[in-house]
Amino acid sequence: MSDKGYLLKESDLLPLSIGAALLGTGGGGNPYVGMLRARELIRKGAEVRVLPLDALPDDAWVGEVGGIGAPVVGVEKIEEGGECYRAMRAVEEAAGVRISATISAEIGGSNALEPVIAAAYAGLPVIDGDGMGRAFPEVQMTTFFIYGAKAAPAAIADEKGNVVVFKEVIDMFWLETFARGVSVNMGAAAGLAIAPMSMEFVRRAAIPGTVTQALSIGHTVLDARQKRQNVVERVVASTGGKLFFTGKVTDVRRELVGGFARGHAHLTGVGDWAGSEARIAIQNENLVLWVDNVPVIMVPDLIINLELDTGEPITTEVLRYGQRIAVIGLPVHDLMKTPKALEIVGPKAFGYPELTFNPLQPQPVVA
Amino acid sequence: MIRIGIDVGGTNTDAVVMDGATVIAGVKAATTGDVMTGVVNALKAVLEASKMDASAIDVVMIGTTHFTNAVVQRRDLAKTAAVRLGLPATASLPPMVDWPEDLKAAIGGTGYLAHGGNEFDGRVISPLDEKELLGIAEDIKAKGINTIAITSVFSPVTGEFEKQAGEIFARALPGVHITLSSDIGRIGLLERENAAIMNACLRDLSRHVIEAFRKAITETGIKGRFYLTQNDGTLMDAAFAEKFPVLTFASGPTNSMRGAAFLSGVADAIVVDIGGTTSDVGSLHKGFPRQATVAVEVGGVRTNFRMPDVFSIGLGGGSHVVETGGAIKVGPTSVGYRIVTEALIFGGSTLTTSDVVVASGRYELGDKSKVAHLTPAFIASTQTRIMSMLEDCVERSRLSPEPLPVIVVGGGSILVDGPIGGLEVIKPNHFAVANAVGAAIAQVSGEVDRVYALAEIGRDQALADAKERATEAAVSAGALRSSIEIVDVEDVPLAYLPGNATRVRVKAVGELHVG
Repeated sequence: MSDKGYLLKESDLLPLSIGAALLGTGGGGNPYVGMLRARELIRKGAEVRVLPLDALPDDAWVGEVGGIGAPVVGVEKIEEGGECYRAMRAVEEAAGVRISATISAEIGGSNALEPVIAAAYAGLPVIDGDGMGRAFPEVQMTTFFIYGAKAAPAAIADEKGNVVVFKEVIDMFWLETFARGVSVNMGAAAGLAIAPMSMEFVRRAAIPGTVTQALSIGHTVLDARQKRQNVVERVVASTGGKLFFTGKVTDVRRELVGGFARGHAHLTGVGDWAGSEARIAIQNENLVLWVDNVPVIMVPDLIINLELDTGEPITTEVLRYGQRIAVIGLPVHDLMKTPKALEIVGPKAFGYPELTFNPLQPQPVVA
Repeated sequence: MIRIGIDVGGTNTDAVVMDGATVIAGVKAATTGDVMTGVVNALKAVLEASKMDASAIDVVMIGTTHFTNAVVQRRDLAKTAAVRLGLPATASLPPMVDWPEDLKAAIGGTGYLAHGGNEFDGRVISPLDEKELLGIAEDIKAKGINTIAITSVFSPVTGEFEKQAGEIFARALPGVHITLSSDIGRIGLLERENAAIMNACLRDLSRHVIEAFRKAITETGIKGRFYLTQNDGTLMDAAFAEKFPVLTFASGPTNSMRGAAFLSGVADAIVVDIGGTTSDVGSLHKGFPRQATVAVEVGGVRTNFRMPDVFSIGLGGGSHVVETGGAIKVGPTSVGYRIVTEALIFGGSTLTTSDVVVASGRYELGDKSKVAHLTPAFIASTQTRIMSMLEDCVERSRLSPEPLPVIVVGGGSILVDGPIGGLEVIKPNHFAVANAVGAAIAQVSGEVDRVYALAEIGRDQALADAKERATEAAVSAGALRSSIEIVDVEDVPLAYLPGNATRVRVKAVGELHVG
């Protein structure tokens, strides 16, 4: 076992969950429950090491795990605990390999914690990285899929002991369809494990360092709050992001389209943006921000809503009339901006064919 | 109908007598350590001030911080058992896992996980196991615990399991208090369970408090019924209040806002309650405070009670005023209740906002000569700073670009000298006892919070069903059917759930039916 990387401490879990919520770009589910579950395991003595991408040999196998289901079920029917772990063991058996580390499909939201929990159950480390660098609504929207990972064998497990194994699935779109359907039968909450990937492939395809990035963002938020500083400013400065708009939400319209909450939020500018108007298109996550009718940032770049005064990340489901918000943007990793990637996660893929992706340039970082 | 409204706060116990919509008299008495003495004093004082005979009083409404204080101070709490139904789900997090250690210890921290619970669409997770529950009952009995909170997964969608488990425990442990989570909170297992446990641990205290209120009222010769006010500004009768003490938690700020609305005659407004150190700001819609949408912490515990969305800023009548490098800073530090000795106008040596107001000539208080040295420029700058702080928090609270009046109440309202951010300012009569008025005018409500599959029944039908349930709930709580209005309807589509699942919340409110 490698001694590279670092051991996750109990005191890391709150900052990790805050950073994960922020990187969730409005979706991804609330990491609070996942944080409590990871904390219980660490308190009982589980040790989870976070490993950099270069720690394991090429032929080591990495298990991609995450929760699949409805965020509202995630806060009500809390997990038995071993769902992702059981799914992962089933995938190992079906593929005939032993997994050496877990990795997150998406670092945004509650799925940042699932690989940590599965790793705790299995006595394995977790890789410092993920498949998105943010959150997206569907399973095929990861760099792993975009750059050629197989979908099967995959498995999905519930709290009752059911484990469904998908032996052959021709691509991730089909896996998303099957897994989503089974998850609803299981009560709209389950643990999902996707086909194991070689470390060599993960090194090429993963968004690197995102566990550390989430931790760092969370520490910045907590530190700024403790010192009564402007949290939004400190987050923007320390991440190389950009503040795009500050305003008050004047309207939120949501409707269910194909199982996703799609809609728009309208904002009226305050502070430096007094006199301006903004609009955000949403599909669970934030898709496009227009300021005075000009699209200024769009998927796959990260559009993040923070409460103006506290810097608290705001998910789409709690977005409401009257909230005062700072809309900040972070550039997505280069792996998500290639022409191949943009076919799956660009504006056209989300129903905005008229928009051409205009990448956000990274701003200077002030630590 | 002749009503008395009482509000028991941290410092003062306020009381008013109202005849219909008219305030006959209002008094402030000091809140006492045992609370009851202060209530008796306030009742006697207000009866005298109103020149009414005790026998003329029809009803008494009481808002109190008794139960909030007990939780915050960790005293008078009973040893409690938390039973959760949902195995094998939820095994990863036992009850009270995120409670502060001292509060958990104060109630014994005893939790049990059992089978039961439902899926989001009402399917069963696992059947109830009566033997399992009877085993738990044995253990609860052996530990000498007298109060139980039962929480089942998705009980807001279907409360059957909680009811059945409640019956099993009631038979096995006669006399034990039982709290069902679906009676207390909404979707969100941990927050609802926390609220239910908190309610359970207050059940012994609530019996004593309700009994003491009853005695205080009878002692003054009043024969009318009495009610307690809830977090949402509506009433619960004594029997209900004894079962659900946790629903009184936020009634103070709620009563204050409702009283402010009533006294000014407006139903949609921003309310600013300016005290000695802080100003509390909230907004009113159809006469009721806007509710907080995120988890609310009480005593360090996450809950999801209906609580008003009120925030505080550090501006009050006793706030320090400091000039540094040409800029004026007001608050957040303050002399608080020591204003009567420390402000300049009272012979003290600390410059406060009240001093500046007196210096401006707008209000007479204390000795004006002590502030004659303040220059007109300084007074104007300070006033500008104060109004700018108020404008900022009023803006934060606005629901729409539509202009709303701002109702200013509280002793510190002398700080306000004109429209705030272009919005009309109203300072109603009896502003000092707005909270007691709020208690007196409280209505009766019924609320519904359910998940509907719109693919099966359609949005109109779902809303109609929810409204009907809310109306029936209001009638059960004592509302006059003909007076019932739907005051709040909210529907939120739920991502990732099939069948076009939508969460619908409806509140119906009506006048108290005094038969």
